[in-house]
Amino acid sequence: MSILRNDAYLRSDGRKGIRNTVLVVYLVECSHHVAREIVLPYRDRGVHLAGFGGCFPNSYAFHMLVALTTHPNVGAVHLVSLGCEGFDRRGLLERIRGSGRPAELTVIQEAGGTQASIERGRAWVEATLAEIESVPRVAMSSDELIVGTICGGSDGTSGITANPAIGVAFDQLVEMGAACIFEETGELIGCEQIISERAVTEELGRELTRSIEKAARYYTVLGHGSFAPGNADGGLTTQEEKSMGASSKSGTSPICGLLKPGDRPSAGGLYLLDVVPDGEVRFGFPNTSDPAEIIELIACGSHLTLFSTGRGSVVGSAISPVIKVCANPETYRRMQGDMDIDAGRILEGRASLAEVGAEIVAATLATAAGAETASERLGHQEFVLGYKQFEPVGPACHPSGR
Amino acid sequence: MTGHATQPAAAVLRLSADDNVVVLVRSVAAGERIDVEGQEVVLAVPLGLGHKLAARAIKSGEKILKYGVAIGSATCDIPCGGHVHLDTMQSDYLPTYTHDEGRRFSASA
Repeated sequence: MSILRNDAYLRSDGRKGIRNTVLVVYLVECSHHVAREIVLPYRDRGVHLAGFGGCFPNSYAFHMLVALTTHPNVGAVHLVSLGCEGFDRRGLLERIRGSGRPAELTVIQEAGGTQASIERGRAWVEATLAEIESVPRVAMSSDELIVGTICGGSDGTSGITANPAIGVAFDQLVEMGAACIFEETGELIGCEQIISERAVTEELGRELTRSIEKAARYYTVLGHGSFAPGNADGGLTTQEEKSMGASSKSGTSPICGLLKPGDRPSAGGLYLLDVVPDGEVRFGFPNTSDPAEIIELIACGSHLTLFSTGRGSVVGSAISPVIKVCANPETYRRMQGDMDIDAGRILEGRASLAEVGAEIVAATLATAAGAETASERLGHQEFVLGYKQFEPVGPACHPSGR
Repeated sequence: MTGHATQPAAAVLRLSADDNVVVLVRSVAAGERIDVEGQEVVLAVPLGLGHKLAARAIKSGEKILKYGVAIGSATCDIPCGGHVHLDTMQSDYLPTYTHDEGRRFSASA
């Protein structure tokens, strides 16, 4: 355990943030434009855009927005509703206000239309930016940190350099008391046995296997798995090959719990996030793109995300910073400005796995202490939230639960 | 081996002792001669780093081993140094989705 910083943002539930973001949230696609216009003048001042596009209510989306608007990196929230959509805007507003954060709701139909709503929202944001400067600042240690990991734009180098290097970093972060979350059960297809044997209890091991089998069924119905055309161009041939490379991000720690989107780790340790919906296949693909998975990691409390890429993804995220670990040395030379870590040096004999792992730990601690990542500097604030359905996890998924 | 004054860095990497494939650690040109674990191989097509080559002759139906585990099966006989990819192997789980299939899917949708 070590002190990350002395000026973390203390929230009323005791959790601590490494950023102090104002989130402007549209509650249906029809209010997206107004929300975006409210954010625009403040985009370089820590004001981020988030939202849910659907008009039909969905309990997963509500649960996700509660988790995201009360995330420790969020200091205040402005909700933007058209007025006739199905989202429970009052319920969400109460939950945010209950967390002690400044929160406001603009209903466009009541506020007098587009222009009036934008002016109302901007006035609130302007005043609130000043207000949240007085949030209590406290010391934060490594055992209060939650780190997620994801790979995107994978190629044949991802599973050799960046993913195992993130695994090395995850092992060290877990040792420092942090909670580390890896995800995408669909990218563990073919590795069921290896993963389940790492569970802290046999019951959890069976739950992990079930979650991967569920992903295999789901993807079989949909016709193809978590395998994009760029993966094949980059030399990956099969789902199980991609899975072996992807699973190395998790390192070697025992797996101490299974989470679903919005569930928070109960203590430090390594967790698997099950992103594939429960029940019959509906609403289409589990996650339509990488930013949707990053948002689910953030909904589980991740303060920051380690993103491994071989082909060269550029994304960041709203709410929590993303650290880009580039697996492919040729990609790094081409897209250096988007990357934080050059893990491809391992392939060219210019660094060892242990050295790059240590660099990732150092970048994680620096980012937690306030340093900007490449995607933050470039203004990336991707946010994707769609329809899903989940059953709550059972007790076997939290053997170490408090 | 090829008579160069300075020997170029190895083009391929073995990830596990049990593997029957090796991985290219740099991009190689068509016609380039590279050393695959002691055997000289001439590449028919240019290949990017991360692609797999057979470390020995592989029979059709044999499991392809990478990271020491099966990542699918050979769909034809593959000579030592042959490109191990969509044309020569397949998943034992889910079919792989490629650009071509994507285009066919879009065209028929």
